[in-house]
Amino acid sequence: MSGGGADRQGWLRLAPGVTLAMSLTPIGAGLIGTILPAFGWMPAIGAVDPGLGAWVALLAQLELPGAVMLTVWTGLAGTGLSLALALGFVATSHHRPLFRRLTGWLAPVLSLPHAALAIGLAFMIAPSGWIARLLSPWATGWGVPPDLWTDRDPLGLGLILGLVLKETPYLLLAILAALSHLDPARDLAAARTLGYTPAKAWLKVVGPRLYPLLRLPLYAVLAYALSVVDMALILAPATPPPLSVLILRWFHDPDLALRLQAAAASCLQLGLVGAAILGWAAMETIVTRLARPWLTDGKRGRAGAAARRFLAALQVATLGLSAASIAALALWSVAGRWRFPDDLPAVLSMNAWAAQGRRLAEPAIATLALGLLATAIALALTIACLENEQRRGIRLGSRGLILLYLPLLAPQIAFLPGAQIVMIAAGIDGGALAVLWCHLLYVLPYVFLSLGDAYRRLDMRHVDAASSLGAGPWTILWRVKLPLLLGPLLAAGAVGFAVSVALYVPTVFAGGGRISTLAIEAVNAMAGADRRAIGVAASLQAFLPLVAYALAILVPAAIGRRRVGRAP
Amino acid sequence: MRPSIARLFALAVLAIAGDAHADSLPARFEDAAAAARGQTVYFNAWGGNERINAYIAWAGERVRALHGVRLRHVKLADTAEAVARVLAEKTAGRDDGGSVDLIWINGENFAAMKQAGLLAGPFVHLLPGFGMVDVETKPTTTVDFTIPVEGLEAPWGMAQLVFLHDRARVPKPPRRIADFPAWAAAHPGRFTYPAPPDFTGTTFLKQALHATIGDPSVLQRAPAPGEAATLSRPLWDFLEALHPYLWRAGRSFPLSDQHLRQLLDDGEIDIAFSFNPGEASSAIAAGLLPETVRTYVLDGGTIANTHFLAIPFNASAKAGAMVVADFLLSPEAQARKQDPRIWGDPTVLAMDKLPAAARALFDALPLGVATLTPAELGPALPEPHPAWMSEIESLWRQRYGT
Repeated sequence: MSGGGADRQGWLRLAPGVTLAMSLTPIGAGLIGTILPAFGWMPAIGAVDPGLGAWVALLAQLELPGAVMLTVWTGLAGTGLSLALALGFVATSHHRPLFRRLTGWLAPVLSLPHAALAIGLAFMIAPSGWIARLLSPWATGWGVPPDLWTDRDPLGLGLILGLVLKETPYLLLAILAALSHLDPARDLAAARTLGYTPAKAWLKVVGPRLYPLLRLPLYAVLAYALSVVDMALILAPATPPPLSVLILRWFHDPDLALRLQAAAASCLQLGLVGAAILGWAAMETIVTRLARPWLTDGKRGRAGAAARRFLAALQVATLGLSAASIAALALWSVAGRWRFPDDLPAVLSMNAWAAQGRRLAEPAIATLALGLLATAIALALTIACLENEQRRGIRLGSRGLILLYLPLLAPQIAFLPGAQIVMIAAGIDGGALAVLWCHLLYVLPYVFLSLGDAYRRLDMRHVDAASSLGAGPWTILWRVKLPLLLGPLLAAGAVGFAVSVALYVPTVFAGGGRISTLAIEAVNAMAGADRRAIGVAASLQAFLPLVAYALAILVPAAIGRRRVGRAP
Repeated sequence: MRPSIARLFALAVLAIAGDAHADSLPARFEDAAAAARGQTVYFNAWGGNERINAYIAWAGERVRALHGVRLRHVKLADTAEAVARVLAEKTAGRDDGGSVDLIWINGENFAAMKQAGLLAGPFVHLLPGFGMVDVETKPTTTVDFTIPVEGLEAPWGMAQLVFLHDRARVPKPPRRIADFPAWAAAHPGRFTYPAPPDFTGTTFLKQALHATIGDPSVLQRAPAPGEAATLSRPLWDFLEALHPYLWRAGRSFPLSDQHLRQLLDDGEIDIAFSFNPGEASSAIAAGLLPETVRTYVLDGGTIANTHFLAIPFNASAKAGAMVVADFLLSPEAQARKQDPRIWGDPTVLAMDKLPAAARALFDALPLGVATLTPAELGPALPEPHPAWMSEIESLWRQRYGT
């Protein structure tokens, strides 16, 4: 190998370190920027006496117990239901044709931005929502919307439903990815020949091996559900709101002294997420112990067609509700007058698009540019890390994996306000660089997780063949590996792009408001409560990732056809 | 990188690149106008209303043509976001080159920024347009929620609480605060107000406080410790009587005046209110409310105030911000703002101080189908001292917010 090649190898060795530093620096700095004010240090507002004053003030807040309870309840219920729904559906339906058909819909539904989905869902389930409109007045007798508590209900059921719509497809995809490692077909066939029903066979033979692979994605879901801001702003009750919304409210209160209390509450939020993850892990141990006799009791189970149909119907219903929510947004964006209880708008009009189209062009371009750049950088770093692994014959350990997952586990509201101060001090706030960096934090783990498996399972015989023909490692990377990986690369890119398009809180705090994206436009439009304006911003936001997914599917197919056509 | 991505990124960078030079407040407006040319002014303003956003975009085109200033609207979901940002910059020691140049502000946010030394100025006396402001009959243009403005914010528009009702459904709405509980009891679930700290919801509480407290003059000074709880007792009696008959039995509240307006449009409630007397007309024009909606005020007057424009202490483009503030005070900008087909926000200018041509701009404006004339708007009640409202908000939270 030439000297130049060795140098470049050396550069490649730095890739994992650079990647991790990039993720961990803002989180670490941000946590410090949150913890110091929580303990009384914030010179800008004259707080220079370290102490527990902020915590005393926080604990005196009457909303706090209700907010914490609501947070814990919605977070745990949302996560638990999503997991049960995903596992139940896979266990009962994995052998049915419906399974394949539905799994094709998961990625596009997953790509829908949280805020857009929540806004659409809110419009479906409100007393004046689409569902009530379709049923009124013929079935309900309602001439005006009923005074029913179907949105922002005090139990947080709407927020839980929103979380389930968003997290079930994510967990299903995580299960599918994990299954591809386990290759369970033979074991399942064996269990079936022993007389187990498909569901029992899956739960007893595949489930216990699958769960460890599901753990990190599940913790990410749990952390997200406990600290979500944008969906909670739209779907959760407000008196009291979940803790994350309360924190945001205090950070934005005109009374600057509340910043200290907000910082203390951010630490509490961090503690809640940590405790929930530890609690969940403890539950795993207990469930494992309790389930052991059941796993080996030898009972084959009954057919359970009713359960299978029920779970499949639920699965179809959640995907259908997501699709209907987005359809509602699109319909509102072109609605003229649409009064209750009309099923459809009385007139269609492009006014909202005409009025907002020009003003949304810039945020749309910024969203596109940020998404493409963050995805491109994430792909480059991921490929560098994976290539480094492959050349040196090592693998990212579980500790490395946890570090990579850290941005998904740390509540955004706990470190981003602190990170904002650090970025201002470093002079990089409010610019494209800061926003890009913050987006990369979230894009990188998803891209890495999406691409990692495909990369590691590349058929090395291609590499050996190329190598024996005299190709160097870089030529092999460019001419052999990457073309072979075109499909997974584009799919990972589409995931990364969708993540970037959906980011709200990181864009607000890093961009200083100067960089507006469609996520910010959608949440801001929500404040104006003009459903047409909301529909335009949110459906545009939902549209971009769908295009990315379509390209990720169509481009490899088209290139594949061309290659086939060229073959002699 | 593919060229298309490069071009997109270049566009995005162009779109966000600002003037990073430090800037001090000019001593004369002529100096400001000269220094402003070529500056980019980041105007942080609530962005929840498409009509207002369109108005600000129009103002941007005008200041670009007139003064060579680039105006960029940083849309906020909540004005306090910008306050938080300036504070974060002060925390990080950035005393110039800040990211906020001009901010749409009033009341508690102004009081907080003034007290924390986060504002530049005084600058308002330097603006030529300030000479036409009606400081004589609109006292709220110089005193913001009892806090003296002292030249730290330029008046931009007037606000007065008006109530909205759908004439087709409610021909005779309650006209006194004391009548609301009885009306609500007869129409359960058809009235509500946004939960504090939303400013429109807080304004309803202020209106009720003003009507129920024995001597409203005590509201003009900060309450002594414990005084707010004692003196506000009639307010809580009033709310206790009202709440069981509110929308969702008073256990859930809308988030904002815009949410309230949407509930009225959907027919979930029958009476709403707004701080902008022209809001109903402009919402009808935009297809956001039925044509049968009308506004009215309560007997004895309603709370009124002024909203302002302020420049943060570390703004990057102070000269440009002054030029923009002055343009927004011009008869051209103020008349367009008052037009119900555009925004419907009442002017701060005094008609008798305007040249005839400028006055004609206002005379030519339609009032709007649902807007009251200045005479019909009735007496304007002053805002209470901000300390009153933080006490009332906290008492409200103790009772209804948990």
